[in-house]
Formats: sequence, C-alpha cells, structure tokens
Amino acid sequence: METIDQHTKGIMEECKKRAADAGLNASDETLEYLVTNQDLLKLSPKIMIPTLYDYWVHDIQVHQENARYKLYPNNPYETVINSRPPISFYNDNNPDWFNIMIFYHVMAHIDFFQNNAMFKNTWNEDFVGKALADKRRIAGLRDEHGRMVDYVIEFTRGLDNIVGYYDELADLNFPNEVNVDPKMKFYFDVFLQDVKEVTSSEFFKESERYNDLVRRNPDVARSIFFAEIQTKYPEFDALYEKREEKKYKNLDVIQFIMENSKKLNFEENRWMKSVMQIVRDTSMYFQPQLRTKIMNEGWASYWHENLILKDERIKGHEVDIARMHARVTAIPRVGLNPYAIGMRLFEYIKMIGDTGRNSFEFMKLKDIDERKKFDLKTGKGDELIFKVRSDLTDYLFIQEYIDQDFVNQHKLFVVGRKPDYERMVWKYYVKSRKAEDYKKMILGALAHPPDIQVNRKRTTKNILYLEHNYEGKPLKEDWIHNTMLGAEFLWDGPVVLKTNDVSMPQSGVEPVITPVIYKMHKRTLVKKEL
Amino acid sequence: MRMRDELIASLEKLKSEGLVDEAKEARMRKEIDGPLEHRVVDRHYKPKELPGLYNHSDMEKFYDYKPMVTPEMNLKSLEELLKRDEQREKDGFPKKIRLGKIARPGIGGKQKIIVVPTTQEEKFVHDELPDPEYDDSEEESDDGEFGGTGDEGEGDILGEQPMSPEGEGEGGAGSDDGGNHDVESNAYEIGKILTEKFKLPNLQDKGKKKAIVRYKYDLTDKNRGSGQVLDKKDTLREIIKKNLGLGRIADIDRVDTSSLLIDPNDMIYQIMSREIEFESQALVLFLRDYSGSMWGSPTEIVVHQHLYLYSWLMYQYKELVETRFAVHDMMAKEVPDFYTYYNIQAAGGTKIVSGIEFLNDIVEKENLAKDYNIYVFYGTDGDDWPDGSNKLVTELERMLGYVNRLGVTVVGNGFNNDSDTEFEKQVNDAKLIETYPNLMKLNKIGHDGGEDAIIEGIKHLVSEDGKGV
Repeated sequence: METIDQHTKGIMEECKKRAADAGLNASDETLEYLVTNQDLLKLSPKIMIPTLYDYWVHDIQVHQENARYKLYPNNPYETVINSRPPISFYNDNNPDWFNIMIFYHVMAHIDFFQNNAMFKNTWNEDFVGKALADKRRIAGLRDEHGRMVDYVIEFTRGLDNIVGYYDELADLNFPNEVNVDPKMKFYFDVFLQDVKEVTSSEFFKESERYNDLVRRNPDVARSIFFAEIQTKYPEFDALYEKREEKKYKNLDVIQFIMENSKKLNFEENRWMKSVMQIVRDTSMYFQPQLRTKIMNEGWASYWHENLILKDERIKGHEVDIARMHARVTAIPRVGLNPYAIGMRLFEYIKMIGDTGRNSFEFMKLKDIDERKKFDLKTGKGDELIFKVRSDLTDYLFIQEYIDQDFVNQHKLFVVGRKPDYERMVWKYYVKSRKAEDYKKMILGALAHPPDIQVNRKRTTKNILYLEHNYEGKPLKEDWIHNTMLGAEFLWDGPVVLKTNDVSMPQSGVEPVITPVIYKMHKRTLVKKEL
Repeated sequence: MRMRDELIASLEKLKSEGLVDEAKEARMRKEIDGPLEHRVVDRHYKPKELPGLYNHSDMEKFYDYKPMVTPEMNLKSLEELLKRDEQREKDGFPKKIRLGKIARPGIGGKQKIIVVPTTQEEKFVHDELPDPEYDDSEEESDDGEFGGTGDEGEGDILGEQPMSPEGEGEGGAGSDDGGNHDVESNAYEIGKILTEKFKLPNLQDKGKKKAIVRYKYDLTDKNRGSGQVLDKKDTLREIIKKNLGLGRIADIDRVDTSSLLIDPNDMIYQIMSREIEFESQALVLFLRDYSGSMWGSPTEIVVHQHLYLYSWLMYQYKELVETRFAVHDMMAKEVPDFYTYYNIQAAGGTKIVSGIEFLNDIVEKENLAKDYNIYVFYGTDGDDWPDGSNKLVTELERMLGYVNRLGVTVVGNGFNNDSDTEFEKQVNDAKLIETYPNLMKLNKIGHDGGEDAIIEGIKHLVSEDGKGV
C-alpha cells in the first residue's frame, strides 16, 4: 500500500486547515494510503485494520446468510480508522474535487472519533500499534500451541459481543476530582442495595439526608451521618471491615472466566488468557462505532457539505459535487441510509439551536403558526451540534430529536412489506407517517447486543451461571449451543444460561414469555422450562 | 373449495370405517385446513437487500466499491475448510462448515447446482420476535418494517419486488447476492466432493444393463463443396475472404456483389450426420411427498438429501444418468426438472400409494426396466391417509420387482416422532425390508436433522450389505 502523492497530500493539508477553522478538531498528524480492490479484499475481513490478528475465518471468504448485518453489524468497508495517527484509505485516480470532498468527510470522522464520549476507551492508545503487537503474540503462541490457539480465539469471539463496554466507560468517565470515601461508597453501593435491598425512595432519602447534613454542617456532616447509621444498623461497621474490595467490580463474562476459571489459571494454560485478552480488547475497540453509526456518518456528511460549499478550489465542478453528494446522502425511497438521516438530523438540530427551539418557551407553544414563526435568533446552533456530537449515541440522537416536524419536513414514513402469493411479489406500502412510529422503527433497527451477565450469587466454584436480562427480544436459539460449548471449554465446568422463550400465540396479543434454563455440560446442551 | 370438500369427505369416510384415531385425525385436519395450492417458490431466492443502517460504508458510497470473490478462491477454500472440519471432529468439536445447497435455473435452461460453503460465528445475539402461530385475520402479516420517503398517504402501495428470479428479468439473483461467494460447480464436482468428504461408498454393482446408445441425425456438421443445405453465411464469408485475398475488393464498405468471383470450393454446406444423442446406464426416479404435513423442515431435509443424492449419482455414473422427478399428495404428477422438484411447495392430503403407483405405471408403459438400471429415491414423513387396503404394499412389491435400489427416507414432521408412521407400519407388517434386504433401504431422520443426519442417511441408502453402514 502506498501513501498518497505529494500533490494530493497538499490538498489534504489545506482541507485540514479549513476544517480546523470551522471548529473541527481533528488531530494534526494523519496518514493516507492508496488501496486497490485487491487490498480491500484482504483488509476487509480485518475490518480495515491491517495489523489485526490472523484467524482462519478471516482468510476464507465464506458466505454468511442474508441479513448478516443484523447479526454482525460491523461494516468493514470504512475509509478511516480510529488510530493514532488516524489512517485513511483512498482509491487511486480520482480528480482533485473528489478528493477534497472525501478529505472533509474523513476529517469530520476523525473529529467524531476523537470527541464523542463513547470513544473514550480508545483515546489513550494507538490501536493499530497495539494490534500489531497482539498479532505477533498470537502468531508466536500458534507456533507453540498450534490449533489450540484458534479454538481459544473462536470460543472467546463467541462471547465478545457482550463485553462490558458500558462498565468500562463508566469507570473512565468517573470524574477524577471526586474522591470517594470508601466507607460512603460501601454504604450506598453495597450495603443499602445488596445487603439491605432498600427501595429507591429509601435510597434517595438517605442520600438527601447526607446532602442536607453537608449543607448545614460541612465539617461534621460525615461523622454525624455515620453515627446515625451506627444506631440504625449496628452491624454496618463490622460488615464494612470484612468487605472484599475486589468482589464488587463488575466483570463481563470473558473477564470473569479469565479470573475465575480453574483451568485457565493452571500454569500451562495461562497463555490462553493472553489470547482471550486480545480478543476482548479488539472487541472493545469496535464497540463505540457500533453505537454511533448514524451520528458518525451524519456528522461527516454534514461537514463535507458545509465545508466544500465554501471551498473555492472546487470551482467548475459544482455539478459533480452535487451529484456525488446527492448519491451519498439521498434518502432511499424504501430503506434507511444513516448518512441521510444523520446529516439531516444535524441540520435540524442546528436550526433548533439557532432559533432557540430547545427552550422551554418553545415547548410551551401549541399554536402551529406561532411555532412556525418562532425564532429567537440565538445563534447557538453550532454550540448545540458540537455538544450533541460529543455527548450522544445513536439511541439518544434518534430518541431526542426525531419529531413530527422533522418527519414532515423530509416526508418520511414507515414502510411495511406484505407477501402477495397470487402474483408472487412482495408489496411495499406506507404503514405510518407518524413520528412515534418512525422513531420506533429506527430504534428497533439499531444494533443491540443482549445484556448477559454473570450471576455472582448463583455461580459456584464449579458452575458458571449466566443471566440474560430480557429487554424485549429473545436470543437466537440455534446459536446458543455452540456459544455455550465454547464457554464450557474455557470455564471447564458446567455453564448455565437463564433466558426467556418468547412465543406469539396470536397476532395483536402480548407475547408469552417463558423463563428457561439452558445447561451445557460435557458438550451436551439441555433445556428446561422454569 | 371443491378440493377441500373432497378431502373432508374422504376423512369422514375413513373415520366411519374406524381407520383413523383422534391423533391421526388431528394431523389430517391440519393438512385439510392448510394451504392447498402447490406454488413453485424459489427456496433460496431472496430479493435484493434494502439499504439499511449497517450495510453502508464510505467505500461503497463514495467509490461504489462492490466486494467480489472469485470462484477459484472459493474452490480452494472449500478443500481447506473440509480439512479443518475433519480435524475438529477428531478434537471433539462440532463441525463448522455446512455445505449449503441451491439449485437454480442456469443459462439456457440448464440447472446450476451451487454449493455455498457457510460458516457462522455463533454468539449470544437477539432474534426477532416470532411470527404469531395462529393468525385469525385474512391478511398476511407484515414481513418487516422499513424507512421510506415520499408523498403517499398511509395505506398507499409504493411498489413491488418479485419473489422469484424469473420475475427479475435478465440478470436475476445470481450475480448480486451479497457478494457472490458461491462455489459454482456442476453436480459432478459436488458429487466428487461429497464422496470424498463424507466417504460415501462407490456403487460396486452398476447393474447388469450396459450403456445404451441412442443416435440422432442432425444438420450440424459442415462440408465444403457439397451437401444437403447451403449455409449462406459461412459461404459468403469464404467468398469475401478469397476475394479480399485476390484484391478484388477495393472498399469493404461498398462491395459490388455482382463482381465477386465464386469458387465452387468456397460453398459451405450443412450435412446430415449421425451423432450420439446420449448414453446412459441408469435412470433415477426421484419422488417426494409434497402434502401439507411436509411443510417446512421435512421438505427441506428431503430436498437437501435428494440434491446430494443427485450429485453423488452424477459422479458415480460419470454423468451417464437420466433423472426424472415426480411429486405426490393425494395424486401424483411428474415435474419437468430438478428446479421445480426442489422448489414446489407442499400442500394437501397424503396418499403415498399414488406416487408409487404412478412411477410403476411410467416404467411399465415406457418399458424402461428393459434398458435401464433403475433407482428410486423417495422422501416422505410417512403420515399416510390410511385406506384400509393392501394397495401400498402391492405397489411397493411391484416396484421392487424392477429396481436396483429403492431408498426411502422417512422424516419426522414434529408430530409423529415417537412412533412408527403409517408407512413404516405397513412396510414392517409386510416384512418388505427383511424380504428384500439389498433392494429396499429405509432411513429415518428427525425433523430437526442436520447435515450430518442427512449424510448418514445417504450412506445407508446406498450401502451394499457387507459394506457400508
């Protein structure tokens, strides 16, 4: 792979300057490579990370059933990767105006990667460099341990979509300035919730009690607070002394297995944990991208349009630009285009910020004409979209900002599809023009890994007990067997999964939810209804 | 509907004769109440995927990049994959490679058999909410919700997408099914792979009848100077060539045909010649039960197994096999090609003897047993509508009189898994398998049977006693 030529690099640097002037803060150093179609074929199974570890499923182009994007939503054909320095890929032989447009798009992507809070777990390292070291480690392990390495990779990958991404983000985002008193932490996090299992209102009453004390007597608040606890719960002090610190950090399934599996902690098996760590780290790296697809593409499209219209270097190619832009951001007649929705939503949000429609005044207004005319001219549109870019995920983005005005403005509707067996066709029809329905449809289409946690109370030294927190959708049943087989191999003991079966006896009626237990032991899966 | 009334009448009659118990009646009612039409719906055709949230990327949108895989790459991968799978079995893990199967109409009406090696990376993932089991409404339920844009009002139709490749006109689904990762080979190659991967036995006894050669006479060969029919185009070509060589044509765009020299040796004729139309040794009759109870996975299993059998036979007989396909519900009929056989949908009641008798009649009328080694493969769920007679056994014995092998596959349909089916009861009572051990083979597959069960079944169906399973 070559880097782009000097001329094109010069164009890119100018784009960077203009992007910075507009407020985007992409990093200074960037790398640009030219790729051929052949290169792409090799890179795409590695999700464009050239240094990603080798795994036989990557090398072999295997057909994955239709609707694979629902099961594996990570699209590999991106042009820019979230590394330090950011690396981007370009096809050869493109005119300057085309490159300018793409560069602006790439700059906005980089700005997004480096400012959106969901990516915080990727800010402190260069993934590409780390991946290279990991790849070499795995290759070395393959020399020593042969195909066992691939089995460990396979079985860990089976659990890599349920990594504790949000837990890790919570840890990272915990404000550093806040020094948490461990006794206070123990009281609120553990004692009240797990030991005493108080209700939420009781919990808040307690925290208000403390806040009240601080307001009135900041110096002695703490002592008074704990004195009262001593009276109410005499056992508290003793429990606090006996507490086991480590027990209460939330570990995801992979981490838990790594820490507690007897087999993996034997000397001769320790190497397996390195492999598992690498698989987990890789998955963590890609988690934020999964949850911000619409925002990311929308942000990049918004800025490539914005900046290119101001760029005099494209003179004479306005029609070409318009055509390309339309192609990338057109709202499909039927279907969804994250570029289209994301870009238009950002435009909408800017308008909201500029006109002050995110104010309480506007929300109070009921009159349609007055709503149309409402314009406080606050000029705070940019401030708002930059904040949105930093703080939100796709879910919040859609949930918060799609409303009837937006849906009407862009003539959006929900499309349904019915089979017509007489004529052997699928009929597409307009199902609803209502904003709530449109919003619900998109939210339903967002990538949604299931929430599966280790149930610490029920897990013993021998049995690993996993629990699926039901969020409205059942698990894909025919994949449960092999996933649990992998988990059993790593845990080296029986693995239990508690989840729900869902059936719809009749249309238009609530689904029937039946709790079930799957148990994998000695490579045999047994299912039981509870 | 008239058909439904007839079926109900039959059921009532059988009930009054005491041939049908409660459980059996329930299953028969299901067949009566279900769809009654046999549509040919391409089993694997999926309309082009709609634009979605995650199937877009910068590469695809800006550069119009379309991922492509060459067939050569896939054939090599297939071998590697199979080797890896063998190793997995030895290590005690389930196999990971599935050889999918698609039969599609190819160019010129030929059948393309496409093997799609698939693997999955299983994880805990969400599934969609299931469809309602019982739908009271007349309307078909929705198959998904999508975004869209336009001026239409609620309820308006936007457009249509065909359910089968023919509907798409030229191009069809073959070129654009999400990356074209298929291994395209003809049945012979697949048969070879199957034989090697699954260690299927080679047919030792390819039957007593030698290959038949049939000739035909056709105007396909060409001859200079003399013949039956003048081939004008070729002749003209030769004349122009000669004249160009002689320098008699100044301007090729304005040729004066009256001034061309014509050499008698430049006249090209088509002549009648004798050609071998085909040679074959074996005739394979595929028959499957396409009654309502076969709906869903029993049919999937049978067609899957029959596809493999077809390919394997191609390989065994080095393509010198003729095949014919028939289906039956309460009546039997022949279908013109494998594509139809593979894709025609199940509906209606079950009368197994109709299929057996149908094949017997064809063989007799066309005197096929005289020239061919005949094999019959039949797939059913065995849930026959009883008729109180011995006709089925009689027809089966008639068939066993001329076949080299009758291989029957009984598939579970979810309702009859635990006990012997009607079909099996009759066969066992008449002791057919004991009497004809090397002629009739029967294998049973559960309704959730996977590729492994299918292959084991095939091994049994083609085994020769003393060798094989």
